[in-house]
Amino acid sequence: MNPWFRVILYLVAAPVVGGLLAGWDRRISARMQARQGPPILQPFYDVFKLWQKEIIVVRRSQNFYILFFLLLVVFTGALFFGGSDLLLVIFALTLAAIFFVLGAYKASSPYSFIGAERELLQMMAYEPMILITAIGMYMVTKSFQVHEIAGHPTLLVLALPGIFLGFLYTLEIKFRKSPFDLSCSHHAHQELVRGITTEFSGRALGMIEIAHWYENVFLLGWVYLFFASSPVLGVAVSLLVFGFVIFVDNVFTRLKWQAALKSAWIVAAVLGFGNILVLSFLR
Amino acid sequence: MHTATAVTLVPTMILGPFAAGAGLLCLRFDKVRRILVGTVTVALCCCALALIGLPAPVGLSGFPLDNHHLNLLMLLIEAGMGLYVVYVGIRARHALIVALMLAQAGLMFWFEWTYGSRLEAAHNLFVDKFSVIMALINGVVGGGICLYALGYMREYHELAHRDVADRRPFFFALLFVFMGAMFGIIFANNLLWLFLFWEMTTLCSFLLIGYTQTEEAKRNALKALVMNLAGGLAFALGIVWFYRQSGSIELQTLIASKKALVLLPAALLCFAGITKAAQLPFSSWLLGAMVAPTPVSALLHSSTMVKAGVYLVLRLAPVVTGTTVGLMVALVGAITFLVGSLAAITTSDAKKVLAWSTVANLGLIVLCGGIGTASAVWAGLLLIIFHAVAKCLLFLCVGIVEHKLHSRDIEAMSGLILNMPRVAVMMLIGMAGMFLAPFGMLISKWAVLKAVVDAFPALSVFIVFGSAATLFFWVKWMGKLLEVVRPRQQVEGTLSLGESIALYGLSGATFLACLFFPILSTALIEPYVASVFGESVAMSQGNIIIMTIMMVMVMLFPLSFINYGRGVKVMDAYLGGANVQSSVRFLGSGAHVEDVTMNNYYLRGFFSEAWLARWGVISATTILTLMLLLAFRTVL
Repeated sequence: MNPWFRVILYLVAAPVVGGLLAGWDRRISARMQARQGPPILQPFYDVFKLWQKEIIVVRRSQNFYILFFLLLVVFTGALFFGGSDLLLVIFALTLAAIFFVLGAYKASSPYSFIGAERELLQMMAYEPMILITAIGMYMVTKSFQVHEIAGHPTLLVLALPGIFLGFLYTLEIKFRKSPFDLSCSHHAHQELVRGITTEFSGRALGMIEIAHWYENVFLLGWVYLFFASSPVLGVAVSLLVFGFVIFVDNVFTRLKWQAALKSAWIVAAVLGFGNILVLSFLR
Repeated sequence: MHTATAVTLVPTMILGPFAAGAGLLCLRFDKVRRILVGTVTVALCCCALALIGLPAPVGLSGFPLDNHHLNLLMLLIEAGMGLYVVYVGIRARHALIVALMLAQAGLMFWFEWTYGSRLEAAHNLFVDKFSVIMALINGVVGGGICLYALGYMREYHELAHRDVADRRPFFFALLFVFMGAMFGIIFANNLLWLFLFWEMTTLCSFLLIGYTQTEEAKRNALKALVMNLAGGLAFALGIVWFYRQSGSIELQTLIASKKALVLLPAALLCFAGITKAAQLPFSSWLLGAMVAPTPVSALLHSSTMVKAGVYLVLRLAPVVTGTTVGLMVALVGAITFLVGSLAAITTSDAKKVLAWSTVANLGLIVLCGGIGTASAVWAGLLLIIFHAVAKCLLFLCVGIVEHKLHSRDIEAMSGLILNMPRVAVMMLIGMAGMFLAPFGMLISKWAVLKAVVDAFPALSVFIVFGSAATLFFWVKWMGKLLEVVRPRQQVEGTLSLGESIALYGLSGATFLACLFFPILSTALIEPYVASVFGESVAMSQGNIIIMTIMMVMVMLFPLSFINYGRGVKVMDAYLGGANVQSSVRFLGSGAHVEDVTMNNYYLRGFFSEAWLARWGVISATTILTLMLLLAFRTVL
């Protein structure tokens, strides 16, 4: 498939898929809690509603950061599905996340401030494992280019079992799901109020939501890479992983940041780095 | 440009600053000083720019003076510096300084006594693209610092620190001698000359760190002196050993020699480079150096001193690559990067954060030198350029903030974007330049990561954890500048001409260096790498285009401020519904009205600076000892 075609497909389809996934997430979570849950299309209704609201801010420039957060997340995904350099994709993602965090700092409210600090902690927690994942894929396929990694003839997960597990662990953080929903909880009973997004409303909140849809599709795309030589398996595992994340979200309570950081780094060092060491001895 | 021009240009660049320094020492009038500093700085920048046109590496015989007199002169300077250091050591009752100096002087005296007449180099000076890059940094960034210092030191003595004795003529003289010595290091090919300039920077940094003459300043100056003297001793041993093995005292001969033959001298010189580049276990001298006035910190951290250390390590990369010595050097750099990045999280002193970040980034460069492959050296050179510009900008901004806010605590910089909008924006640019895609340092780190994964995948663990920490401490600082809790008064005032030139120039340079880094790479870095390693390294065209797109996106961000405040309704922040008339006060427990305060996380219960430093020192000392032992084993 032509890379430009993939990029355009991503730009158009990712928000639809991401929104549907979010809808399923809410429905499945509700069923796990013995509730009926909203319709599958509820996330779209929410965003449409948000779009019509009055724009209310604490600091006049705070929403500009969110616009660039959205743009850069979309850009990140486009790089990924366009088959670019995986490290470059990670750096673009980091840049996007930093705009989000700076927006929350700019809002200058205590809750968004704590949310921003914790979001940074979470970034610090997952960054090593994400980089190690890229390094691991490079060591197996001899390329950082996503299109070459995807075209590799063997199942990457066979050579990278530790890295795959470590990546799953950091996905929990990246999705901001319990037990790692430190920076912005989806559950309305937290000391944090809504953390990093507390002061964003209306369109800005809608953009954050859409950015998450794009981001989730991109992250599941990365899960797919581990199984890219067998596309059906890849899609199935990606969806399974998404279900697993929802399951964990409902089963675990939130961890303290110390535990989140420590465990994520230990996982990165043992599973991720251990895998890399084994690979470097084998070659 | 012809080689003949280089023959006059290079000695001028070395001697010019010395002459200017001598002139400045006698000058008492601020106005004349300003003119002299301005002229010399511009001249040095022009010389450095002119050297870019040099087509091929060229060796020069040296200064237009006959060798006998020149050697005598150098011997006199060396002896003078040695005597002064011994005097300092005795006065401070610091036995180690005296011992190190005597050992080094004794060794060199014996060496020159025994081999004196035969110690000739065909080319005392040498210019290639690497020296041109360093000369550009030293001339442009160092020159910018000197301009900045004009206004800064006036305010320092007349407003901020009236208690410190005003010794500005001495101060400016030292800045220029320092720059001259740095040019000497960059261009020297005769190792004896290189060594002389090397020791000169040690002495200059000692004098500059101790400028204020407070107890703390004196103590930290002595610490810097003793650590750099240890490096100097290693340097002297390296020269002697190299001469006895090969009968040459030329750096280029050393680099071109067979690895196994010159591993010991290379290891000794790398050791000297590691002390000067403030790598663990020697990092504490650079952290202590922040007691000096800001221009000194900026000079030590960005264009001179520590860059001399990494310069030497990168020069020696072709010798140590693929050897155990190289691996050990790389390991020291990697550990320093990790420890420095983690330690920077725990401190709220802005200068200390910058200092740890310098230590960490130099660690990355040393790591590149130790790995020593073509792509690693390419990445190391990029790091040197981008780090010099961005770090210098940050130091100069912090210096101005410190004068206006009377604090350099990051927590006190809350709302700086309103207090001092221009300086705050420049600081944000500097920080973005230090760690954010698509700015330079990030490009370089990316290249380092690739080089490391290709050479020793295991070392990448230090980089991935270190980068995560880097991200944390920079972003929380950026956030602090942007966040505005309560209305703020503007205190920026006007910047002096020199300060403006330096700050705007460096901010512009941070952007331009990133936009035009492909040109920098093809014009300067790639030719050097190709001439030494015989292979070409470059970033792929596709990635450069993507980086440029990202750069454009980031530059579009300020444009969104055209819409500032349009169509929005401003409300108070959410304070649990207990706001007292505003978003800065709330009704706390017991119906007390409380102020809102927000402080960054420093994770001090999680990482302790002291613990990190201690284990960093222990592990790096072990590795360095091992490195020297292994190198000695090759000659036994």
